[in-house]
Amino acid sequence: MNPQAIIDGLISGSTIGLGAIGLTLTYSILRFANFTHGDFLAWGAYLTLTVAGILGGLAAGLGAPVYPFSFGWGLPLAVFGGVLLTVALTLGLDRILFGRLRARGADAIIIVMASFGASMALRSLLEFIFTAKPAYFTKALQIAKPLGLGMRATPDQLLVIGLTAVLVVILHLLVTRSATGRAMRAVSENPSLAGVYGVDVENVIRVTWIIGAGLACIAGVMAGLLVQIRPYMGFDLLLPLFSAAILGGIGSIPGAMLGGLMIGLAEAFAVQIVGAEWRAAISFVILVLVLMLRPQGLFGQKGA
Amino acid sequence: MEILAYAAFFLTIALTYAIICLGLNVQWGQTGLFNVGIAGFVGLGAYVSAALTTPDAVERIGGFDLPIALGWLAAMAAGGILALAVGLLTLRMRSDYLAITTFGIAVALQLVFQNTESLTGGAFGMAFIPRPFSSLQGEAFAFNALNLALTAAVVLACYLLLEHLLRSPWGRALRAVREDEVAAQALGKNPVLLRIQAFALGGAIMALAGAVQAHFIGFIAPGNYLPMMTFQVWAMLIVGGSGNNRGAILGAVLVWAIWALSGALISEVFPADQQARAASLQIVVIGVMLCVILLWRPQGILPEVRSVSRHLGRSNKDIET
Repeated sequence: MNPQAIIDGLISGSTIGLGAIGLTLTYSILRFANFTHGDFLAWGAYLTLTVAGILGGLAAGLGAPVYPFSFGWGLPLAVFGGVLLTVALTLGLDRILFGRLRARGADAIIIVMASFGASMALRSLLEFIFTAKPAYFTKALQIAKPLGLGMRATPDQLLVIGLTAVLVVILHLLVTRSATGRAMRAVSENPSLAGVYGVDVENVIRVTWIIGAGLACIAGVMAGLLVQIRPYMGFDLLLPLFSAAILGGIGSIPGAMLGGLMIGLAEAFAVQIVGAEWRAAISFVILVLVLMLRPQGLFGQKGA
Repeated sequence: MEILAYAAFFLTIALTYAIICLGLNVQWGQTGLFNVGIAGFVGLGAYVSAALTTPDAVERIGGFDLPIALGWLAAMAAGGILALAVGLLTLRMRSDYLAITTFGIAVALQLVFQNTESLTGGAFGMAFIPRPFSSLQGEAFAFNALNLALTAAVVLACYLLLEHLLRSPWGRALRAVREDEVAAQALGKNPVLLRIQAFALGGAIMALAGAVQAHFIGFIAPGNYLPMMTFQVWAMLIVGGSGNNRGAILGAVLVWAIWALSGALISEVFPADQQARAASLQIVVIGVMLCVILLWRPQGILPEVRSVSRHLGRSNKDIET
């Protein structure tokens, strides 16, 4: 077994975990399985790419790589713009679609279906605007540096793992220590009761979308930086995202992150055995196993 | 004559979608089960039937040269068994787990079609699938018209069977579970069992549709069974009217017409190098249409005929007044 799989797994697991956190939050607070979440990752990557392009046009020096990374200051700046735009996209979508269905008291499954339709439309819109050709944040090549024990990683990859860890810790503190986090947990347990006790449910929903969209954008940028940007990148991640969220237990942020890392590692190791062409089936196998053995997930409550 | 032949061809394809829609209507319309893996079930039916009926081929296993009807039956059995397994796994849990699992099934089956070359021909697919009335293949119109009649007969058979089931005690129990699970349970109905049965029946019908389609076209490849297909079928049922079998057929023909016409329009209007790009606009339009209908007219064009509940409502009012 090649130890490099550990690094590969942690890297793809970071992206999956960040995406799965947003998915698990919308799942537990808005109470539906959001099929558009994968496309938020892809939109985040493309929006960031667009902002980076505009920034690069304004100041050419922003594109020059900053040692030891493969990208210049333009990209971290562009991520701020990308996150804002992705948040605007999700809030807009909630306003015209999900929010209306919610207000009408539609069944959760109708909202799931609407998210499925919206996902198809959003993805094809990306394909129309940017074409199916893959795009890249940077053309610079990076050499993977040895880390010992036969493992190698590029500085970009190490940055992705580090940034993920920081984001998860911040988010965990936000949800467990702040008033907003308490309100979020209250709504996730019982929305009407939380409303009766004076929790601003609409605000909680807004915060949920903001966190979910922000993390989705960052995860999309990470995936785009390490691999490539494609209109279908989010859709291809959707099954790993769902598997990670269910494996971790719906509503649990550490669970989603851990689930994401486990799926990433499982994919990296299994690919060495069964071949890369079966990669997409691995998260499905894990999903089925979880549903059979522990449907509430690692950190989920029974009966959820 | 050529236009008539094309019209027959177009209608035949639309009717194969109508069969899928009828299958989905059992799952969603009557029972409220959200299947996001339709393409997987349709593809399974197509591949099973193709493997059994194609002539023997050196490069892959299968090719038993069996009659087409046997292929259809085997396809139904395969679709039913797969749906049964999925149902047993997920139907005890919250409703969207089924959606996620069926989505995964479609992804996994797509990989199987793509990667098991010795069974499915891999990315190149399977050719020489026997076509009904193949002796008439030289005469486009007669061939297409006969196939249209055959497909229409399958649609009619499915329709009559489903309408019969709908009016049977089983169909009533199914709707009762959909409307009020606790009440149905209190009356001694087993909701999980009813859901699993409906899901398996729907899966079998979808797989049959896949087989019918494969035999009409004579060639299948993994690219035919992308999530795109699932999405089209959903649009068909929602537009036509979920819960109404006639609505399912109407929606299939209507959405397929919109699809084919807009496709023809795109190939007329856009230059060749931009066509793939413009085709993605088609999907955007269908996606927006699906959302708009869910928002403004969730019952679709032909709403469900609420036989039982309407009757109950009337008699309640009679008692009150």
